[in-house]
Amino acid sequence: MSKFFLRSKWIFILPGAVMLALFLLPLSAILIRSSGDDFFANAFSGQALKALRLSFITSAVTTLLAMLFGTPLAYMLARWRIRFKTALELLIDLPIVLPPSVAGLALLIAFGRRGIFAPALEALGVSLPFTPAAVVLAQLFVAAPLYIRAARIGFAEVDAQLEEAANVEGANPWQMFTAVMLPLSGRALLSGAVLTWTRALGEFGATILFAGNLEGVTQTMPMAIYLGFERDLGVALALSALLIVVSALLLMLVRRLDRQQHD
Amino acid sequence: MKRFLNIILLLALLLAGCAPASTNEPVTLNVFAAASLTDAFAEIGKNFEADNPNVTVTFNFAGSQALRTQIEEGAPADVFASANNKEMDALIAGSHVAKDSPQIFLSNQLVVILPASNPAGIDSLEDLANTGIKIVLAAEEVPVGKYSREALEKMNASFGADFKDKVSANVVSNEDNVKQVVAKVQLGEADAGIVYTSDAVAAPELKIVEIPVELNVIAKYPIAPLVDSANADLAQAFVDYVLSEAGQSVLEKWGFGPKP
Repeated sequence: MSKFFLRSKWIFILPGAVMLALFLLPLSAILIRSSGDDFFANAFSGQALKALRLSFITSAVTTLLAMLFGTPLAYMLARWRIRFKTALELLIDLPIVLPPSVAGLALLIAFGRRGIFAPALEALGVSLPFTPAAVVLAQLFVAAPLYIRAARIGFAEVDAQLEEAANVEGANPWQMFTAVMLPLSGRALLSGAVLTWTRALGEFGATILFAGNLEGVTQTMPMAIYLGFERDLGVALALSALLIVVSALLLMLVRRLDRQQHD
Repeated sequence: MKRFLNIILLLALLLAGCAPASTNEPVTLNVFAAASLTDAFAEIGKNFEADNPNVTVTFNFAGSQALRTQIEEGAPADVFASANNKEMDALIAGSHVAKDSPQIFLSNQLVVILPASNPAGIDSLEDLANTGIKIVLAAEEVPVGKYSREALEKMNASFGADFKDKVSANVVSNEDNVKQVVAKVQLGEADAGIVYTSDAVAAPELKIVEIPVELNVIAKYPIAPLVDSANADLAQAFVDYVLSEAGQSVLEKWGFGPKP
């Protein structure tokens, strides 16, 4: 290697550019090939519209449920002294790295008609597979950990002195949570929620296994893309482009919220 | 820098040394085959490898429509075995397959499969229209999904006008390939599914309801080497093997009908 190369900035720029190109080229290829006169006809065709609607509703429900059930969990992990904290955090992080196919199979084996908890569900008159509820459950399993993680970090960053001060003032746990914790970590929670929403929009692997694929009932955008590319590449490309743009916008929102949280 | 150049030179020499093809040079043959062929072709592949020790056969099993798209987008395939002529014709139109090379190598039929416990108590084709049962089909894009709908159309004509509508209302999922339909029935998530006779043979624990010939659809599978194959001779040899008596007997064993 020449000394010139080793001393120059290029030793960083070249490999970095290769890495960037890997992200940029495929994504821009989709944008380039999908752009055309028929983009809107494709993106808003009957099947695509149904998938868009279902994806929007299920991912919104997923995000709300993640906030409803994830916030207390994150709060306890961040501010309480509880046993097995590390093990619990590991359990919550696990779905982030697991292959979605494992998640889908796990849900099926647990909550399917022949699943381990099938008798309990049957007693309640609930049958999950092939329903929009199964879509939400799959998204929640895969995406909620992102919210819990963000919320946990947000709660943990609240100054302990403020907590003590509130204690001295005689605040009960609920007042502590609503008057001290929520206002101070609100943006971290929102940022986590948007991240979860983005991930839920993109969920595919667990959904196709656990919820199946039926237009208007369980066929979300990623599924319409997967099957659409065999029927009509135009629709698949248009939906992909739409998902790329929406996801990019949501990620921008996440960054903005994170910045505000730390200012 | 000099050492670097030396290494490059050495590598180049090594590669050049490998280049002249000897007959024992290891070769990989990529066979793209319809999902319904999974078990039968796995066995045929083993037999073919035993006859040609330098050859490794690698399979890509999926719905024929998915395989066709992959080939169109440049996936490296040597042989394509489709569950219908439509996908093969698309590849001919795209100059991926020579016009006269596809040969029909087997026929297949449809059958209704049920979980061993038969939770919905289905024992005739008419029962598929019972309200509240869960039916899983292959998606319309998948060959078997299209055949299934053709068969339902025929049943509609003989069982009464709203039969197909009632069955369609019972469909809870359109799966991406036939093996996914089998899996959903095996797991007991679905009460019934329509698959090929050969899939039922490969999953003997499942109950079946036969579809009579006049209501059934005969699927014909074409096979062909790809024009862009890097191992054209070997690809043709594989096709010939599938069509040979040895290949046909394996297919028959897995529940496929003979080539017409």
